[in-house]
Amino acid sequence: MHANREDRLQEIRRDAELRGVTTAKGVRPEGSPIPRASEETGYYGLPLLKEPQWRWEIPLYFFTGGAAGSAAVIGAMADWVGDDHELAKHARWLAVGGIGVSSALLIADLGRPSRFLNMLRVFKPQSPMSMGAWILAAFGSMATATAFAKAVQDKWDSLPVRLVGNLAQAGAVAFGLPFHNYTGVLIGATVIPTWNKNIKTLPIHFGMSGVQAACSLLELAGHDDSRALNYLALLSAAWETYEGVHLESRQERELTPLKKGLSGTITRAGGVLSGPLALALRSTAAVSGRERSKRLRRWAALAGITGSLLTRYGWMQAGKSSARDWRIPLEIKEPRSVGELVQMQTADEALTERTAGL
Amino acid sequence: MSTTTGFFTDSTLCIGCKACEVACKEWNEVEADGLNWTGFSYDNTGAVGHSTWRHVKFVENGTVPGVGGNAPEAVSWEFSSDVCKHCEVAGCLEACPTGSIVRTEFGGVYVQPDVCNGCAYCVTACPFGVVQKNEKDGRAFKCTFCTDRQKVGLKPACATVCPTESIMFGELDQLRLDAQERLESLHARGVNDAEIYDPMHTSVGGIHAFFLIRGKEKTYNLPPNPEVPTVYVKEGWKSAAIGSAALLAGAFFAFLGARR
Repeated sequence: MHANREDRLQEIRRDAELRGVTTAKGVRPEGSPIPRASEETGYYGLPLLKEPQWRWEIPLYFFTGGAAGSAAVIGAMADWVGDDHELAKHARWLAVGGIGVSSALLIADLGRPSRFLNMLRVFKPQSPMSMGAWILAAFGSMATATAFAKAVQDKWDSLPVRLVGNLAQAGAVAFGLPFHNYTGVLIGATVIPTWNKNIKTLPIHFGMSGVQAACSLLELAGHDDSRALNYLALLSAAWETYEGVHLESRQERELTPLKKGLSGTITRAGGVLSGPLALALRSTAAVSGRERSKRLRRWAALAGITGSLLTRYGWMQAGKSSARDWRIPLEIKEPRSVGELVQMQTADEALTERTAGL
Repeated sequence: MSTTTGFFTDSTLCIGCKACEVACKEWNEVEADGLNWTGFSYDNTGAVGHSTWRHVKFVENGTVPGVGGNAPEAVSWEFSSDVCKHCEVAGCLEACPTGSIVRTEFGGVYVQPDVCNGCAYCVTACPFGVVQKNEKDGRAFKCTFCTDRQKVGLKPACATVCPTESIMFGELDQLRLDAQERLESLHARGVNDAEIYDPMHTSVGGIHAFFLIRGKEKTYNLPPNPEVPTVYVKEGWKSAAIGSAALLAGAFFAFLGARR
C-alpha cells in the first residue's frame, strides 16, 4: 500500500515534468465526485423548480371536494330518476357535509378565514384556482339550499317549495360536476412535470376517484343494497383500473415519482385499492346473494375510500418529488447507469479535450 | 405612459461580491437567510426564494482533482446574479386567484402583500422556480423590481450598488440593443461561448430581466424551454368536461337501470 503511494507520487511528478500539467486522474478525496455546475449536472444538481408548498390539508380537500361534488349529482339522480328518496336525502347531506369540511380545510391552509374572501375579488378564467374558488362558492350555496328546501318539502309540501328545491338541485348538479373534478385541472395546469404530463387524464382520474368515495360513503351509511350505487362505483373502479394500466404502461421519465419511492408506493396502493380490488369485489357482489353482496360491498367501500384518499396523497407527494428533479426542466438526459453518472460528474469530453493538448 | 423597464445582468462583469443581495435585503427589509453555505463554490442559498430576491450563482466547473488543476484553460468560474425574470407572460400572474400579482406601470410583475392570501398556487406556476411562500408569514414573496424606487425615478437597489455595472437597469428595448452590442464585442474578442438568455421562442415570450452568460443556460439552472402553465388549462377543462359528462350519464343510467 505504502509503496503504491510512492509510485503514484513519482507518476504525478513525471507527468508534471513532461507536460507541464498533471492530466492523470489523481487521488479522489472523500465525498467525491465533487458536485459541479455543468451541462450534464445542471447547477450542482440543485432543484430548478420550487416544491409545491401544500401540506396535508390540500390532498384531503381534494378528497372531500371530490366526494361532495359527486354526492350532489348522485343525490339529484336518485331523486329525479331513481325515486329513492332516502338515498337522495343522505347524498344531499353528504354534499353539504363535504363542502363544510372542504371549506374548513381550505381556510386552515390559508391560515385565516378572511383570506378566502380575497379569492372572490377577481374572476379569472385562465386561473383554475380562481375558477375553483367560484365553483366552490356557487356549489356550496346551491347544495346547502337544496338540502334545506328538500327538508322543508318533507314537512310542508307545496309548489313553491318544490320549485325552489328542484331549481337549487339543478344548480347543485351544474356546479357539482365541475367541483368533483376541477382539482385535476388545478394541479395539471402547473409547471410540475409529473402533473402537467397527465393533464389529459388527471381531471377524469380525480373525478372518478371522488365518485367512488361518494358511493362508498353512502354504502357505509346503509345504502349497501342500492344497485344503482354499485353500478356507478363499478364504472369508477373500471376507470381507475384503466388509469392504473395506462400509467404503468407508459415509460416517460416524468412519471417516475408515480412509480418509485414513497410517492410511488402511495399512488400504487391507492390505485390497486380503488381500481382492480374494488372492481373484483363489486363484480362478485353484483352476482352474489343479498347478504353476501352486502358484505362484499362494505369491503369494497372501505377499499374505495382508502384508495381515493391514498390517490390524492400519492399525487401530491409525487408532485413534490417531481419538482426536485432538475433534469426534466433542464432537458438533461437521465444517466443510464451509476458508472455513467460518475463519469458525468467527474469529467466531460470537452474538459478532456481541453487538457489533452497541454 | 411609463416606459417598460428591465434588468440586463451581464455575468461576464460580475465579480461575485453579493452587494446586490445585501442591498436588496436592506432596502426591502427582507429577513436574513442565516450564515449558511451550500458548499457549492461560494453559493449561500442555492437559489432565489421568498427571502432571497437576488442570488449570486457561482458556476464553478472543471475543478476535478488531478485533472489539469494548474491549467487555467481547464477551469471556469463564472458568477451570475439571478433574480425574478419578470416574464412577458408570467405564470404566477396568470395563476394568482386573488389578483394580488399585477403588472406594474413599468412592465414588472409585482405581488401586492396586502392582497396575497397565501394559496401558494403561484409557486407551482413559475417555470423558473422564483416565487415562494414564506411559511411563517403565510404569503408569497419575490423581487418587487423595486417598484417603490422606480416610482420616484430611482434605480432598483441592486443595480444602484453593483460596483461593476454587471446589473444594468434601464428601458427594456434599449437594454436589449445594448446586450446585442456587448455580445458582438465579446465574440469579436474571442469570448465565443457568450450568449444571451432571453427565451422569446416559448409561451413565456421573453423576460424583462435577461442575462448574458458564458456557456450553456443549463449550467446556470436556466430552463432552455420554459413554458407558462396556462398553456395546459384548455386541455385540462376539456378533460374535466368529459369526466363530468361521464358522471352525469353514468349516474342517470345507473339509477334508470336499477329501477327495473
